[in-house]
Amino acid sequence: MFEIGLAHYLTVAAILFTLGVFGIFLNRKNVIIIMMSIELMLLAVNLNLVAFSSFLNDLVGQVFAMFILTVAAAEAAIGLAIVVVFFRNRGTIAVEEISQLKG
Amino acid sequence: MILDLVPLMPELLVAAAALALLMLGVFRKADTSREATVLAGLAMGGALAVLVGVEGARQTAFGGMFILDGFAGFSKALILVASAMTVSMSLDYLKRENIARFEYPVLVLFATLGMMMMVSANDFLSLYLGLEMQSLSLYVLAAYHRDSARATEAGLKYFVLGALASGMLLYGASLIYGFAGTTSFDSLAKVLGGSGHPNLGVVAGLVFVMAGLAFKVSAVPFHMWTPDVYEGAPTPVTAFFAVAPKIAALSLLTRVLIGPFGELAHQWQQVVVFISLASMAVGSFAAIGQTNIKRLMAYSSIGHVGFALVGLAAGSDLGVQGVLIYVAIYLFMNVGAFGVILAMRQKGRAVEGIADLAGLAKTNPSMAFVMAVLMFSMAGIPPLAGFWGKFYVFMAAVKADLWTLAIVGMLTSVVSAFYYLRIVKVMYFDDAVEALDHPTNPPIRLVMAVSALVVLLFTFLPGPLLIGAKAAAQSLFAAG
Repeated sequence: MFEIGLAHYLTVAAILFTLGVFGIFLNRKNVIIIMMSIELMLLAVNLNLVAFSSFLNDLVGQVFAMFILTVAAAEAAIGLAIVVVFFRNRGTIAVEEISQLKG
Repeated sequence: MILDLVPLMPELLVAAAALALLMLGVFRKADTSREATVLAGLAMGGALAVLVGVEGARQTAFGGMFILDGFAGFSKALILVASAMTVSMSLDYLKRENIARFEYPVLVLFATLGMMMMVSANDFLSLYLGLEMQSLSLYVLAAYHRDSARATEAGLKYFVLGALASGMLLYGASLIYGFAGTTSFDSLAKVLGGSGHPNLGVVAGLVFVMAGLAFKVSAVPFHMWTPDVYEGAPTPVTAFFAVAPKIAALSLLTRVLIGPFGELAHQWQQVVVFISLASMAVGSFAAIGQTNIKRLMAYSSIGHVGFALVGLAAGSDLGVQGVLIYVAIYLFMNVGAFGVILAMRQKGRAVEGIADLAGLAKTNPSMAFVMAVLMFSMAGIPPLAGFWGKFYVFMAAVKADLWTLAIVGMLTSVVSAFYYLRIVKVMYFDDAVEALDHPTNPPIRLVMAVSALVVLLFTFLPGPLLIGAKAAAQSLFAAG
Protein backbone atom coordinates (compact mmCIF):
# COMPACT_ATOMS: atom_id res chain seq x y z
CA MET A 1 0.00 0.00 0.00
CA PHE A 2 1.12 3.53 -0.69
CA GLU A 3 1.43 5.49 2.52
CA ILE A 4 1.98 9.20 3.03
CA GLY A 5 5.03 9.57 5.27
CA LEU A 6 7.17 12.35 6.68
CA ALA A 7 9.16 12.71 3.45
CA HIS A 8 6.04 13.67 1.51
CA TYR A 9 5.12 16.43 3.94
CA LEU A 10 8.68 17.75 3.90
CA THR A 11 8.73 17.75 0.09
CA VAL A 12 5.47 19.68 -0.11
CA ALA A 13 6.75 22.17 2.48
CA ALA A 14 10.04 22.56 0.59
CA ILE A 15 8.15 23.22 -2.67
CA LEU A 16 5.90 25.78 -0.99
CA PHE A 17 8.90 27.50 0.61
CA THR A 18 10.74 27.68 -2.71
CA LEU A 19 7.62 29.07 -4.39
CA GLY A 20 7.47 31.73 -1.67
CA VAL A 21 11.12 32.74 -2.12
CA PHE A 22 10.81 32.87 -5.91
CA GLY A 23 7.54 34.77 -5.59
CA ILE A 24 9.42 37.54 -3.77
CA PHE A 25 12.26 37.78 -6.28
CA LEU A 26 10.64 37.04 -9.64
CA ASN A 27 7.43 38.99 -9.18
CA ARG A 28 7.64 42.34 -10.97
CA LYS A 29 4.05 43.47 -10.57
CA ASN A 30 2.62 44.13 -7.19
CA VAL A 31 3.69 44.38 -3.55
CA ILE A 32 0.57 42.48 -2.44
CA ILE A 33 1.92 39.41 -4.26
CA ILE A 34 5.13 39.76 -2.24
CA MET A 35 3.06 39.76 0.98
CA MET A 36 1.31 36.59 -0.20
CA SER A 37 4.67 34.97 -0.93
CA ILE A 38 5.85 35.81 2.60
CA GLU A 39 2.75 34.13 4.03
CA LEU A 40 3.40 31.12 1.82
CA MET A 41 6.91 30.79 3.23
CA LEU A 42 5.68 30.97 6.81
CA LEU A 43 2.96 28.40 6.12
CA ALA A 44 5.53 26.05 4.60
CA VAL A 45 7.50 26.34 7.85
CA ASN A 46 4.34 25.58 9.84
CA LEU A 47 3.69 22.48 7.75
CA ASN A 48 7.26 21.36 8.40
CA LEU A 49 6.92 21.91 12.14
CA VAL A 50 3.58 20.13 12.46
CA ALA A 51 4.79 17.16 10.38
CA PHE A 52 7.93 16.85 12.51
CA SER A 53 5.90 17.28 15.69
CA SER A 54 3.61 14.40 14.76
CA PHE A 55 6.53 12.27 13.61
CA LEU A 56 8.57 12.87 16.79
CA ASN A 57 5.55 12.59 19.15
CA ASP A 58 6.65 15.92 20.61
CA LEU A 59 4.38 18.91 21.20
CA VAL A 60 7.00 21.65 20.87
CA GLY A 61 6.60 21.82 17.09
CA GLN A 62 2.86 22.47 17.31
CA VAL A 63 3.34 25.15 19.97
CA PHE A 64 5.96 26.74 17.73
CA ALA A 65 3.50 26.68 14.80
CA MET A 66 0.87 28.49 16.89
CA PHE A 67 3.37 31.22 17.77
CA ILE A 68 4.34 31.59 14.11
CA LEU A 69 0.69 31.98 13.11
CA THR A 70 0.25 34.76 15.69
CA VAL A 71 3.41 36.61 14.75
CA ALA A 72 2.63 36.23 11.03
CA ALA A 73 -0.69 38.00 11.62
CA ALA A 74 1.08 40.90 13.34
CA GLU A 75 3.67 41.00 10.58
CA ALA A 76 1.00 41.11 7.86
CA ALA A 77 -0.77 43.97 9.66
CA ILE A 78 2.43 46.03 9.84
CA GLY A 79 3.33 45.19 6.25
CA LEU A 80 -0.06 46.27 4.94
CA ALA A 81 0.14 49.49 6.99
CA ILE A 82 3.50 50.31 5.40
CA VAL A 83 2.08 49.52 1.94
CA VAL A 84 -0.81 51.93 2.64
CA VAL A 85 1.49 54.84 3.61
CA PHE A 86 3.68 54.07 0.60
CA PHE A 87 0.63 54.19 -1.68
CA ARG A 88 -0.44 57.54 -0.17
CA ASN A 89 2.95 59.04 -0.97
CA ARG A 90 3.50 57.59 -4.42
CA GLY A 91 0.07 56.63 -5.73
CA THR A 92 1.25 53.18 -6.80
CA ILE A 93 2.44 49.89 -5.31
CA ALA A 94 4.00 48.48 -8.47
CA VAL A 95 7.32 46.82 -7.67
CA GLU A 96 9.17 48.72 -10.43
CA GLU A 97 8.23 52.01 -8.78
CA ILE A 98 10.02 51.17 -5.51
CA SER A 99 13.26 52.56 -6.85
CA GLN A 100 13.85 56.07 -5.54
CA LEU A 101 16.71 54.93 -3.34
CA LYS A 102 19.69 53.43 -5.10
CA GLY A 103 23.39 53.89 -5.68
CA MET B 1 6.37 25.15 39.89
CA ILE B 2 7.90 28.40 41.05
CA LEU B 3 8.06 31.05 38.37
CA ASP B 4 11.38 32.74 38.94
CA LEU B 5 11.24 36.16 37.33
CA VAL B 6 14.40 37.63 38.84
CA PRO B 7 16.56 37.20 35.68
CA LEU B 8 13.82 38.99 33.73
CA MET B 9 13.70 42.12 35.88
CA PRO B 10 15.40 44.45 33.34
CA GLU B 11 13.07 43.24 30.55
CA LEU B 12 10.01 43.61 32.78
CA LEU B 13 11.02 47.17 33.61
CA VAL B 14 11.43 48.09 29.93
CA ALA B 15 8.12 46.40 29.01
CA ALA B 16 6.23 48.14 31.84
CA ALA B 17 7.78 51.48 30.89
CA ALA B 18 6.81 51.06 27.23
CA LEU B 19 3.19 50.22 28.14
CA ALA B 20 3.01 53.08 30.66
CA LEU B 21 4.33 55.56 28.07
CA LEU B 22 1.77 54.28 25.58
CA MET B 23 -0.97 55.03 28.14
CA LEU B 24 0.51 58.44 28.88
CA GLY B 25 0.56 59.30 25.20
CA VAL B 26 -3.01 58.16 24.63
CA PHE B 27 -4.64 59.82 27.62
CA ARG B 28 -2.77 63.14 27.65
CA LYS B 29 -4.20 65.48 25.03
CA ALA B 30 -1.09 67.65 24.74
CA ASP B 31 2.05 66.69 22.83
CA THR B 32 3.97 64.34 25.13
CA SER B 33 6.96 63.60 22.91
CA ARG B 34 9.39 65.38 25.24
CA GLU B 35 8.16 63.66 28.41
CA ALA B 36 8.05 60.29 26.63
CA THR B 37 11.63 60.68 25.37
CA VAL B 38 12.97 61.65 28.80
CA LEU B 39 11.06 58.84 30.53
CA ALA B 40 12.20 56.29 27.94
CA GLY B 41 15.80 57.31 28.54
CA LEU B 42 15.28 57.03 32.30
CA ALA B 43 13.65 53.60 31.89
CA MET B 44 16.68 52.36 29.94
CA GLY B 45 19.01 53.75 32.59
CA GLY B 46 16.90 52.07 35.28
CA ALA B 47 16.96 48.78 33.38
CA LEU B 48 20.75 49.06 33.19
CA ALA B 49 20.94 49.58 36.96
CA VAL B 50 18.63 46.60 37.59
CA LEU B 51 20.68 44.51 35.16
CA VAL B 52 23.87 45.24 37.10
CA GLY B 53 21.99 44.21 40.26
CA VAL B 54 20.61 40.86 39.03
CA GLU B 55 23.51 39.81 36.82
CA GLY B 56 25.91 37.24 38.18
CA ALA B 57 25.95 33.49 37.86
CA ARG B 58 24.11 31.74 35.01
CA GLN B 59 20.35 31.91 35.64
CA THR B 60 17.48 30.65 33.52
CA ALA B 61 13.74 31.34 33.47
CA PHE B 62 10.65 30.04 31.62
CA GLY B 63 11.79 26.43 31.71
CA GLY B 64 15.24 27.18 30.30
CA MET B 65 13.99 29.29 27.39
CA PHE B 66 15.43 32.50 28.78
CA ILE B 67 18.97 32.77 30.04
CA LEU B 68 20.89 35.48 31.84
CA ASP B 69 24.63 34.84 31.89
CA GLY B 70 27.66 37.08 31.66
CA PHE B 71 27.46 37.15 27.86
CA ALA B 72 23.79 38.19 27.81
CA GLY B 73 24.44 40.75 30.56
CA PHE B 74 27.33 42.37 28.68
CA SER B 75 25.39 42.54 25.40
CA LYS B 76 22.29 43.91 27.13
CA ALA B 77 24.32 46.63 28.82
CA LEU B 78 25.69 47.68 25.39
CA ILE B 79 22.19 47.59 23.85
CA LEU B 80 20.72 49.73 26.64
CA VAL B 81 23.55 52.28 26.40
CA ALA B 82 23.19 52.44 22.60
CA SER B 83 19.40 52.84 22.73
CA ALA B 84 19.52 55.45 25.48
CA MET B 85 22.16 57.52 23.66
CA THR B 86 20.36 57.42 20.31
CA VAL B 87 16.93 58.14 21.78
CA SER B 88 18.31 61.15 23.68
CA MET B 89 19.69 62.59 20.43
CA SER B 90 16.48 62.03 18.48
CA LEU B 91 14.06 64.55 19.97
CA ASP B 92 15.64 67.74 18.61
CA TYR B 93 15.80 66.39 15.04
CA LEU B 94 12.25 65.01 15.13
CA LYS B 95 10.88 68.30 16.47
CA ARG B 96 12.61 70.29 13.74
CA GLU B 97 11.22 67.96 11.07
CA ASN B 98 7.74 68.17 12.65
CA ILE B 99 7.53 64.43 13.20
CA ALA B 100 7.99 64.37 17.00
CA ARG B 101 5.30 62.08 18.41
CA PHE B 102 5.23 60.04 21.61
CA GLU B 103 5.21 56.80 19.60
CA TYR B 104 8.87 57.19 18.68
CA PRO B 105 10.37 56.50 22.14
CA VAL B 106 7.71 53.80 22.72
CA LEU B 107 8.74 52.00 19.53
CA VAL B 108 12.41 52.30 20.47
CA LEU B 109 11.59 50.80 23.88
CA PHE B 110 9.75 47.87 22.29
CA ALA B 111 12.64 47.29 19.87
CA THR B 112 15.07 47.41 22.79
CA LEU B 113 12.94 44.89 24.67
CA GLY B 114 13.03 42.60 21.63
CA MET B 115 16.82 42.91 21.43
CA MET B 116 17.20 42.10 25.12
CA MET B 117 15.04 38.99 24.60
CA MET B 118 17.19 38.05 21.59
CA VAL B 119 20.49 38.07 23.42
CA SER B 120 18.92 36.11 26.29
CA ALA B 121 17.30 33.50 24.03
CA ASN B 122 18.13 29.91 24.93
CA ASP B 123 15.62 28.21 22.63
CA PHE B 124 14.66 28.73 18.99
CA LEU B 125 11.16 29.71 20.09
CA SER B 126 12.33 32.55 22.35
CA LEU B 127 14.92 33.50 19.71
CA TYR B 128 12.17 33.88 17.12
CA LEU B 129 9.87 35.86 19.40
CA GLY B 130 12.63 38.25 20.46
CA LEU B 131 13.80 38.70 16.89
CA GLU B 132 10.29 39.42 15.62
CA MET B 133 9.56 41.83 18.45
CA GLN B 134 12.66 43.75 17.43
CA SER B 135 12.02 43.51 13.70
CA LEU B 136 8.36 44.54 13.80
CA SER B 137 9.27 47.66 15.80
CA LEU B 138 12.11 48.45 13.41
CA TYR B 139 9.89 48.13 10.30
CA VAL B 140 7.59 50.78 11.75
CA LEU B 141 10.52 52.99 12.80
CA ALA B 142 12.04 52.88 9.29
CA ALA B 143 8.76 54.18 7.83
CA TYR B 144 8.28 56.55 10.79
CA HIS B 145 8.29 59.69 8.63
CA ARG B 146 5.06 58.66 6.96
CA ASP B 147 4.73 61.68 4.67
CA SER B 148 8.16 61.14 3.16
CA ALA B 149 8.28 58.99 0.02
CA ARG B 150 11.87 58.00 0.79
CA ALA B 151 11.16 56.91 4.38
CA THR B 152 8.15 54.81 3.40
CA GLU B 153 10.14 53.22 0.59
CA ALA B 154 12.89 52.40 3.09
CA GLY B 155 10.28 50.88 5.41
CA LEU B 156 8.75 48.81 2.62
CA LYS B 157 12.11 47.46 1.46
CA TYR B 158 13.17 46.69 5.01
CA PHE B 159 9.88 44.94 5.69
CA VAL B 160 9.97 42.70 2.61
CA LEU B 161 13.60 41.67 2.99
CA GLY B 162 13.34 41.36 6.78
CA ALA B 163 10.31 39.09 6.45
CA LEU B 164 12.21 36.98 3.93
CA ALA B 165 15.08 36.68 6.43
CA SER B 166 12.70 35.67 9.21
CA GLY B 167 11.20 33.04 6.91
CA MET B 168 14.62 31.56 6.15
CA LEU B 169 15.55 31.54 9.81
CA LEU B 170 12.30 29.77 10.68
CA TYR B 171 12.71 27.20 7.93
CA GLY B 172 16.17 26.45 9.31
CA ALA B 173 14.78 26.23 12.84
CA SER B 174 12.10 23.78 11.67
CA LEU B 175 14.73 21.56 10.02
CA ILE B 176 16.91 21.62 13.13
CA TYR B 177 13.88 20.76 15.26
CA GLY B 178 12.96 17.86 13.01
CA PHE B 179 16.39 16.31 12.66
CA ALA B 180 17.73 16.96 16.17
CA GLY B 181 14.39 16.52 17.97
CA THR B 182 14.60 19.65 20.12
CA THR B 183 14.64 23.43 19.89
CA SER B 184 16.35 24.09 23.20
CA PHE B 185 19.95 25.28 22.93
CA ASP B 186 21.05 23.24 25.95
CA SER B 187 19.55 20.00 24.60
CA LEU B 188 20.88 20.73 21.10
CA ALA B 189 24.40 21.08 22.51
CA LYS B 190 23.99 17.64 24.14
CA VAL B 191 22.42 15.97 21.08
CA LEU B 192 25.00 17.36 18.65
CA GLY B 193 27.91 16.95 21.04
CA GLY B 194 28.11 13.15 21.02
CA SER B 195 27.75 12.31 17.34
CA GLY B 196 30.94 12.34 15.31
CA HIS B 197 29.18 12.77 11.98
CA PRO B 198 26.56 15.57 11.98
CA ASN B 199 23.17 14.91 10.45
CA LEU B 200 22.79 16.51 7.03
CA GLY B 201 19.34 17.91 7.93
CA VAL B 202 20.78 19.73 10.95
CA VAL B 203 23.59 21.20 8.86
CA ALA B 204 21.12 22.38 6.20
CA GLY B 205 19.00 23.93 8.95
CA LEU B 206 22.03 25.64 10.42
CA VAL B 207 22.86 27.18 7.03
CA PHE B 208 19.32 28.59 6.75
CA VAL B 209 19.50 29.98 10.30
CA MET B 210 22.85 31.60 9.52
CA ALA B 211 21.46 33.13 6.33
CA GLY B 212 18.56 34.63 8.30
CA LEU B 213 20.85 36.04 10.97
CA ALA B 214 23.41 37.30 8.42
CA PHE B 215 20.53 39.33 7.02
CA LYS B 216 19.83 40.91 10.39
CA VAL B 217 23.49 41.89 10.89
CA SER B 218 23.60 43.05 7.22
CA ALA B 219 26.53 40.84 6.27
CA VAL B 220 27.30 40.27 2.57
CA PRO B 221 25.62 38.62 0.56
CA PHE B 222 22.49 39.67 2.48
CA HIS B 223 23.34 43.37 2.77
CA MET B 224 21.36 44.88 -0.14
CA TRP B 225 18.74 46.49 2.11
CA THR B 226 21.24 48.37 4.30
CA PRO B 227 22.24 51.37 2.15
CA ASP B 228 18.66 52.05 1.02
CA VAL B 229 17.20 51.80 4.52
CA TYR B 230 19.97 53.88 6.10
CA GLU B 231 19.56 56.60 3.48
CA GLY B 232 15.77 56.68 3.39
CA ALA B 233 14.94 56.42 7.10
CA PRO B 234 14.95 59.59 9.25
CA THR B 235 18.48 60.22 10.60
CA PRO B 236 17.72 59.46 14.31
CA VAL B 237 16.25 56.12 13.18
CA THR B 238 19.37 55.42 11.10
CA ALA B 239 21.53 56.21 14.13
CA PHE B 240 19.52 53.70 16.15
CA PHE B 241 19.61 51.06 13.36
CA ALA B 242 23.38 51.39 13.02
CA VAL B 243 24.16 50.42 16.60
CA ALA B 244 21.65 48.61 18.82
CA PRO B 245 20.17 46.02 16.37
CA LYS B 246 23.67 45.24 15.04
CA ILE B 247 24.97 44.52 18.54
CA ALA B 248 21.92 42.38 19.36
CA ALA B 249 22.06 40.35 16.14
CA LEU B 250 25.83 39.83 16.36
CA SER B 251 25.51 38.63 19.97
CA LEU B 252 22.66 36.33 18.98
CA LEU B 253 24.65 34.88 16.07
CA THR B 254 27.60 34.33 18.40
CA ARG B 255 25.48 32.57 21.01
CA VAL B 256 23.79 30.30 18.43
CA LEU B 257 27.06 29.29 16.77
CA ILE B 258 29.18 28.87 19.91
CA GLY B 259 26.47 27.41 22.18
CA PRO B 260 24.29 24.73 20.55
CA PHE B 261 26.41 24.37 17.42
CA GLY B 262 29.84 24.64 19.05
CA GLU B 263 30.57 21.02 18.10
CA LEU B 264 29.79 21.77 14.45
CA ALA B 265 32.43 24.51 14.34
CA HIS B 266 34.22 23.01 11.32
CA GLN B 267 30.87 23.14 9.45
CA TRP B 268 30.00 26.79 10.11
CA GLN B 269 33.52 28.17 10.20
CA GLN B 270 33.88 28.22 6.39
CA VAL B 271 30.56 30.04 6.05
CA VAL B 272 31.53 32.67 8.62
CA VAL B 273 34.94 33.11 6.97
CA PHE B 274 33.25 33.64 3.60
CA ILE B 275 30.67 36.19 4.79
CA SER B 276 33.33 37.98 6.81
CA LEU B 277 35.67 38.28 3.79
CA ALA B 278 32.82 39.38 1.51
CA SER B 279 31.52 41.94 4.03
CA MET B 280 34.95 43.49 4.56
CA ALA B 281 35.51 43.73 0.80
CA VAL B 282 32.09 45.19 -0.06
CA GLY B 283 32.19 47.51 2.97
CA SER B 284 35.48 49.04 1.89
CA PHE B 285 35.17 49.14 -1.91
CA ALA B 286 31.50 50.07 -2.35
CA ALA B 287 31.79 52.98 0.08
CA ILE B 288 34.43 54.79 -1.98
CA GLY B 289 32.05 56.32 -4.52
CA GLN B 290 29.38 57.47 -2.06
CA THR B 291 28.41 61.12 -1.71
CA ASN B 292 25.63 60.78 0.88
CA ILE B 293 27.05 60.41 4.37
CA LYS B 294 24.25 58.14 5.63
CA ARG B 295 24.83 55.79 2.69
CA LEU B 296 28.54 55.89 3.42
CA MET B 297 27.84 54.93 7.04
CA ALA B 298 25.75 52.00 5.78
CA TYR B 299 28.69 50.58 3.81
CA SER B 300 30.98 51.40 6.71
CA SER B 301 28.73 49.37 9.04
CA ILE B 302 28.76 46.43 6.59
CA GLY B 303 32.56 46.55 6.72
CA HIS B 304 32.57 46.74 10.53
CA VAL B 305 30.30 43.69 10.75
CA GLY B 306 32.84 41.87 8.54
CA PHE B 307 35.63 42.80 10.97
CA ALA B 308 33.60 41.67 13.99
CA LEU B 309 32.85 38.35 12.27
CA VAL B 310 36.61 37.73 11.98
CA GLY B 311 36.57 37.15 15.74
CA LEU B 312 33.58 34.83 15.50
CA ALA B 313 35.27 32.82 12.72
CA ALA B 314 38.09 32.04 15.14
CA GLY B 315 35.49 30.32 17.31
CA SER B 316 37.60 30.59 20.47
CA ASP B 317 36.93 32.47 23.71
CA LEU B 318 39.59 34.93 22.56
CA GLY B 319 37.60 35.45 19.36
CA VAL B 320 34.31 36.02 21.19
CA GLN B 321 36.08 38.45 23.50
CA GLY B 322 37.32 40.24 20.38
CA VAL B 323 33.79 40.42 18.96
CA LEU B 324 32.46 41.93 22.19
CA ILE B 325 35.27 44.50 22.41
CA TYR B 326 34.76 45.34 18.74
CA VAL B 327 31.02 45.94 19.06
CA ALA B 328 31.50 48.00 22.25
CA ILE B 329 33.99 50.30 20.50
CA TYR B 330 31.86 50.31 17.33
CA LEU B 331 28.93 51.52 19.46
CA PHE B 332 30.75 54.65 20.66
CA MET B 333 32.31 55.43 17.26
CA ASN B 334 29.00 55.16 15.46
CA VAL B 335 26.88 56.99 18.02
CA GLY B 336 29.37 59.87 17.97
CA ALA B 337 29.50 59.97 14.16
CA PHE B 338 25.71 60.03 13.99
CA GLY B 339 25.68 62.82 16.56
CA VAL B 340 27.71 64.86 14.06
CA ILE B 341 25.43 63.80 11.17
CA LEU B 342 22.34 64.80 13.20
CA ALA B 343 23.95 68.18 13.85
CA MET B 344 24.59 68.82 10.12
CA ARG B 345 22.26 71.69 9.27
CA GLN B 346 22.55 74.67 6.97
CA LYS B 347 20.26 77.55 8.00
CA GLY B 348 18.10 75.08 9.93
CA ARG B 349 17.70 72.63 7.05
CA ALA B 350 19.14 69.13 7.49
CA VAL B 351 21.83 68.17 4.95
CA GLU B 352 23.37 64.76 4.28
CA GLY B 353 26.09 65.30 1.67
CA ILE B 354 29.74 64.63 2.48
CA ALA B 355 30.58 67.82 0.59
CA ASP B 356 28.45 69.81 3.06
CA LEU B 357 31.11 69.14 5.71
CA ALA B 358 33.60 71.25 3.74
CA GLY B 359 35.48 73.79 5.82
CA LEU B 360 34.03 72.57 9.10
CA ALA B 361 37.46 72.92 10.73
CA LYS B 362 37.23 76.70 10.30
CA THR B 363 33.54 77.22 11.05
CA ASN B 364 33.24 74.78 13.97
CA PRO B 365 36.64 73.42 15.06
CA SER B 366 35.36 71.31 17.97
CA MET B 367 32.79 69.43 15.87
CA ALA B 368 35.39 68.87 13.15
CA PHE B 369 37.81 67.57 15.77
CA VAL B 370 35.23 65.07 17.14
CA MET B 371 34.41 63.84 13.63
CA ALA B 372 38.11 63.58 12.73
CA VAL B 373 38.85 61.55 15.87
CA LEU B 374 35.95 59.20 15.12
CA MET B 375 36.95 58.79 11.47
CA PHE B 376 40.59 58.05 12.39
CA SER B 377 39.31 55.53 14.92
CA MET B 378 37.01 53.84 12.38
CA ALA B 379 39.94 53.61 9.97
CA GLY B 380 41.80 51.78 12.75
CA ILE B 381 44.66 54.20 13.25
CA PRO B 382 46.50 53.75 16.55
CA PRO B 383 46.33 54.82 19.34
CA LEU B 384 42.56 55.32 18.98
CA ALA B 385 40.00 52.77 20.19
CA GLY B 386 39.13 51.48 16.72
CA PHE B 387 42.67 50.16 16.32
CA TRP B 388 42.32 48.00 19.46
CA GLY B 389 38.98 46.62 18.30
CA LYS B 390 40.62 45.41 15.09
CA PHE B 391 43.74 44.29 16.98
CA TYR B 392 41.81 41.87 19.23
CA VAL B 393 39.77 40.23 16.43
CA PHE B 394 42.80 39.86 14.14
CA MET B 395 44.88 38.43 17.00
CA ALA B 396 42.18 35.82 17.64
CA ALA B 397 42.12 34.97 13.91
CA VAL B 398 45.91 34.58 13.79
CA LYS B 399 45.87 32.33 16.88
CA ALA B 400 43.24 30.16 15.12
CA ASP B 401 45.49 29.97 12.00
CA LEU B 402 43.07 31.99 9.88
CA TRP B 403 45.84 33.91 8.14
CA THR B 404 43.86 34.71 4.98
CA LEU B 405 41.18 36.37 7.06
CA ALA B 406 43.66 38.45 9.05
CA ILE B 407 45.62 39.55 5.97
CA VAL B 408 42.55 40.39 3.86
CA GLY B 409 41.13 42.20 6.91
CA MET B 410 44.20 44.41 7.19
CA LEU B 411 44.22 45.13 3.45
CA THR B 412 40.54 46.09 3.39
CA SER B 413 41.00 48.25 6.44
CA VAL B 414 43.68 50.16 4.50
CA VAL B 415 41.22 50.58 1.62
CA SER B 416 38.50 51.79 3.99
CA ALA B 417 40.95 54.31 5.47
CA PHE B 418 40.70 56.08 2.10
CA TYR B 419 37.09 57.15 2.51
CA TYR B 420 37.34 57.86 6.24
CA LEU B 421 40.34 60.10 5.63
CA ARG B 422 38.54 61.73 2.70
CA ILE B 423 35.97 63.05 5.20
CA VAL B 424 38.80 64.47 7.33
CA LYS B 425 40.31 66.04 4.21
CA VAL B 426 36.98 67.61 3.23
CA MET B 427 36.58 69.08 6.73
CA TYR B 428 40.14 70.40 7.09
CA PHE B 429 41.34 71.32 3.61
CA ASP B 430 38.29 72.19 1.50
CA ASP B 431 36.72 75.63 1.56
CA ALA B 432 33.24 75.97 2.94
CA VAL B 433 30.56 76.81 0.39
CA GLU B 434 28.06 77.37 3.15
CA ALA B 435 28.85 76.98 6.86
CA LEU B 436 27.02 74.45 9.00
CA ASP B 437 24.96 75.73 11.93
CA HIS B 438 26.42 75.33 15.40
CA PRO B 439 24.64 72.50 17.21
CA THR B 440 22.65 73.88 20.13
CA ASN B 441 20.99 70.72 21.42
CA PRO B 442 22.67 69.66 24.73
CA PRO B 443 22.15 65.86 24.39
CA ILE B 444 23.77 65.78 20.93
CA ARG B 445 26.76 67.78 22.16
CA LEU B 446 27.04 65.54 25.22
CA VAL B 447 26.94 62.34 23.14
CA MET B 448 29.58 63.72 20.75
CA ALA B 449 31.84 64.65 23.66
CA VAL B 450 31.37 61.32 25.46
CA SER B 451 32.04 59.20 22.38
CA ALA B 452 35.12 61.21 21.40
CA LEU B 453 36.45 60.88 24.97
CA VAL B 454 35.85 57.12 25.03
CA VAL B 455 37.60 56.70 21.69
CA LEU B 456 40.54 58.87 22.76
CA LEU B 457 40.99 57.48 26.27
CA PHE B 458 40.42 53.78 25.60
CA THR B 459 44.15 53.21 25.05
CA PHE B 460 44.95 54.52 28.52
CA LEU B 461 42.03 52.90 30.36
CA PRO B 462 41.14 49.68 28.53
CA GLY B 463 40.75 47.68 31.78
CA PRO B 464 36.99 47.73 32.48
CA LEU B 465 35.96 46.87 28.93
CA LEU B 466 38.60 44.15 28.48
CA ILE B 467 37.77 42.47 31.79
CA GLY B 468 34.01 42.66 31.16
CA ALA B 469 34.34 41.23 27.64
CA LYS B 470 36.65 38.47 28.84
CA ALA B 471 34.26 37.39 31.62
CA ALA B 472 31.33 37.53 29.17
CA ALA B 473 33.16 35.39 26.57
CA GLN B 474 34.18 32.84 29.18
CA SER B 475 30.62 32.52 30.49
CA LEU B 476 29.57 31.40 27.00
CA PHE B 477 32.17 28.65 26.91
CA ALA B 478 31.84 27.54 30.53
CA ALA B 479 28.20 26.57 30.01
CA GLY B 480 28.77 24.37 26.95
